[in-house]
Amino acid sequence: MSTDPSFWTLQALNALQLSMLLFLLSIGLTVIFGLMHFVNLAHGALYALGAYVAASLAAVGGYWTGFLLAPVAVAGVGVLLYSGLIRRMRKSGPMAQVLVTFGLIFALLDLTRIFWGDIALALEVPPLLSGRVALLGVEYPTYRLFIIALGLAIFAALALVLGRTQIGAMIRAGVDNDAMAACLGIDVERMFFTVFCVGCALAGLAGVVAAPLLSVTPDMGLQILIPTLIVIVIGGLGSLQGAIAGSVIFGFVQTFGAVLAPQLASVLIYALLAAVLVFRPAGLFPAKG
Amino acid sequence: MKRATLAALGLATSLALPAAADDIKVGLLLPFSGVYAALGNDIEAGFTLALDQFGSETDATFDIVREDTEVKPPVALAKAKKLILQDKVDVMAGIVSSGVLGAVRDMVHGAGVPLIVANAGNDEATGSACSPFITRMSFSNGQVNRPMGRWMHDQGIRKVYTLAPDYAAGRQMIDGFVSTFTAAGGEIVGQEFTPFQKTQDFGPYLAQAKASGAEAVFVFYAGGEAISFVKQYDSFGLKAELPLYGSGFLTSPLYVNAEGPAAEGVITALHYVPTIDSPENAAFVEAFTERTGRVPSEYAVQGYDSGRALIEATRAGANDRASLSDALRQVSFEGPRGALSIDPATNNIVQPIYVYETVAGAEGLTQKVLARLPAEADPVNGCDMAPVSN
Repeated sequence: MSTDPSFWTLQALNALQLSMLLFLLSIGLTVIFGLMHFVNLAHGALYALGAYVAASLAAVGGYWTGFLLAPVAVAGVGVLLYSGLIRRMRKSGPMAQVLVTFGLIFALLDLTRIFWGDIALALEVPPLLSGRVALLGVEYPTYRLFIIALGLAIFAALALVLGRTQIGAMIRAGVDNDAMAACLGIDVERMFFTVFCVGCALAGLAGVVAAPLLSVTPDMGLQILIPTLIVIVIGGLGSLQGAIAGSVIFGFVQTFGAVLAPQLASVLIYALLAAVLVFRPAGLFPAKG
Repeated sequence: MKRATLAALGLATSLALPAAADDIKVGLLLPFSGVYAALGNDIEAGFTLALDQFGSETDATFDIVREDTEVKPPVALAKAKKLILQDKVDVMAGIVSSGVLGAVRDMVHGAGVPLIVANAGNDEATGSACSPFITRMSFSNGQVNRPMGRWMHDQGIRKVYTLAPDYAAGRQMIDGFVSTFTAAGGEIVGQEFTPFQKTQDFGPYLAQAKASGAEAVFVFYAGGEAISFVKQYDSFGLKAELPLYGSGFLTSPLYVNAEGPAAEGVITALHYVPTIDSPENAAFVEAFTERTGRVPSEYAVQGYDSGRALIEATRAGANDRASLSDALRQVSFEGPRGALSIDPATNNIVQPIYVYETVAGAEGLTQKVLARLPAEADPVNGCDMAPVSN
C-alpha cells in the first residue's frame, strides 16, 4: 500500500469523477421517480442513446456539437416515450411500469444495434480538454476534471432551481403531495412532462460525457443501470441531496474498495446497499420525511 | 459445385434438400445477439468465405443451420440439442464464450458429434475436459500469452504489473504469461483482477500500477473493457513512463479504431493480425475485405480456418459424425496465420504467435509485426483421450 500522499489524492479525484458521472444519471431518475412515482428503468438506455448520438454528431461536427445536441435529441426521444407510452402507464401501478420500461431497455438496445451495429464506436476527447493538468501535486487528466466540474455545476444549478425558484417550489410541492399541488392550481401534468424531459436530457448528457472515457457499446446502458439504481436507493428517492450523497458514497466506496480491499471490491457496494435497506429503508435523504 | 456455393451462402437452410451421399449438414452455433454479436458475425463471415473459396476442392456439399447462442449457456445447450437431435447435423462449429463451451461439452461428447471450436479459449476444453469429438481451431488462453513472457524478458523487462478481468479467461491469460515470465527470471511486482464487466473506471487500478515500481504493465482485456482501458491508460499519461503490453485481444482490429490514438505504441501478442506478410494472408485479407468492407479480425480468421478444416476433413473422405471427428483431428494446412496443425494429444491447434505493435497507418491504426514466435503445442493439462482410430 502506498504512503505517497499524491497516490491518495489521485484516488480521491478518481472517486469524485465516478461520483459526478453517476450523479448526472441518477438525478434525472430520482426526480422523475419522486415526482411521478414512476420507475423508468429505460433511463440507462437513454444514456447509451446519448453516447451514440454524440458519437455520430461528433463525426460530423466535432465533440461540442455532440455535447450540445445529443441531450436535446435524447430529450426528444423522451417526449416520444412520454406521449406514446408513459402517460398511458401513469395509473397502472409500479409492476406494469417496471415491466414496460424493462422491455423498453431491450427494444432500445436492439434499435441501437440495428442503427449503429455491434462494433464499438469512438468519441475522442476534444483538443481543449485533452492532456493533463497539475493539481494538488498530481497530474490529472483534464477531461476527468471537466466531468467533476460539470457535475458540480449541474448540482449547483439544480439546487438553485429547486431551492430558490417558484418552479422549484412547485416541483417540491408536487413531489410532496401531487393531489394537493393540483388543487392549488399547479398544472401537475405539464410539470411532470417538463421534469421528465429534463431528466432524459441529463441522461443523454451523462452519455455524452462518459463516451470519451468509456467505450460506446450497445450494452453500456445495461452496465450503468445497476450502479444508478444503487445510488438512488442509498441516497433516498426523489431528492437532490439523496442523489449527490448516494453518488459520492458509491464513487468513494467503489474506488477505495478497489484499492484497499480488491477482493471485496464488487461486494462492498452491495453490502452497503443491504445495510442501508435494513437500517434506513427510505434511504439517507428521502424526499418525504 | 453451384450447390456448394448456394449452400454456403445460407440459402440451403430453407431449401430442405434431400440428403445426398456427401451432403454434410453443418450446425453453426454462434452469438448473433448479446455482447459478443460482433464476434459471432465475424466468425460466420470467415466460415462461409472459406466454404465458398475452397468448396470446389471437395465433392461434399454443405448445408448450414445457424443458431443464436445469445451468449447464454442454457440457451446454447438447448440450441445444441436441437441441432443434434432434430436437425441431425453431421458436424457443429462456432462457440465464442468458454461458458457456452462448458455447457454444451457433455452433450456434444455424449452424442459423438464433432465440434469445431472457433473461438472459446478456456484451457480445460483441450485439457482435463478434452474430447475426441472437440477440435479447437482458434487458440487456448495460455497458448497466446506464454510466448510473450519469454519475449518480454528478452527485451530486458524485469518487473511487470498485471491486470485482467476477474473471470476464468482473464486468470488463464495472465497465468500463461506469468508462468514463462517468472521462469525466465522476471518478477511480478503487483497483480490485480478487476470485477468482470462491472468496472467502468480503471483509474484506481492505474494509480496502483503506477505506484508499484513496475517497468511495464501486462494486461488482458477484450471488447468494451479493452476500449475503456486503453483510453484511460493513455489519458493518465502512463504510456510514456510505463509501456503497455498485453494479450493481443486488447488492440484487436475489430475495435482498435474505437480506441484511437490511445492505442498507438501498445505492444501485444496474438495468433493473428491482418498485416502478416504471406501470400495466404494477402489473399484472405483481400477476399474478406471485398465481402464485408472491413479488415479481418482474429475472429474472422478463426471462422475461416474452421471452415477450411471442415473442407480438408471432407477431402480426406470423411462424411459422417464418426469419420469427420477422426479426420478433423488430423487436419493440417498453410493458412493466413501460417502453418497450422492439430495436436493429437489435446485436439488443440498448434500455431505461431505474433508480437505486434499498434501504429498509425494511412487509413487509421494498423498492426506492425515485431516478431513471429514459433508454434508450440500446449501442455497436456490432464487431457486423456483415445488416439485417432484409423
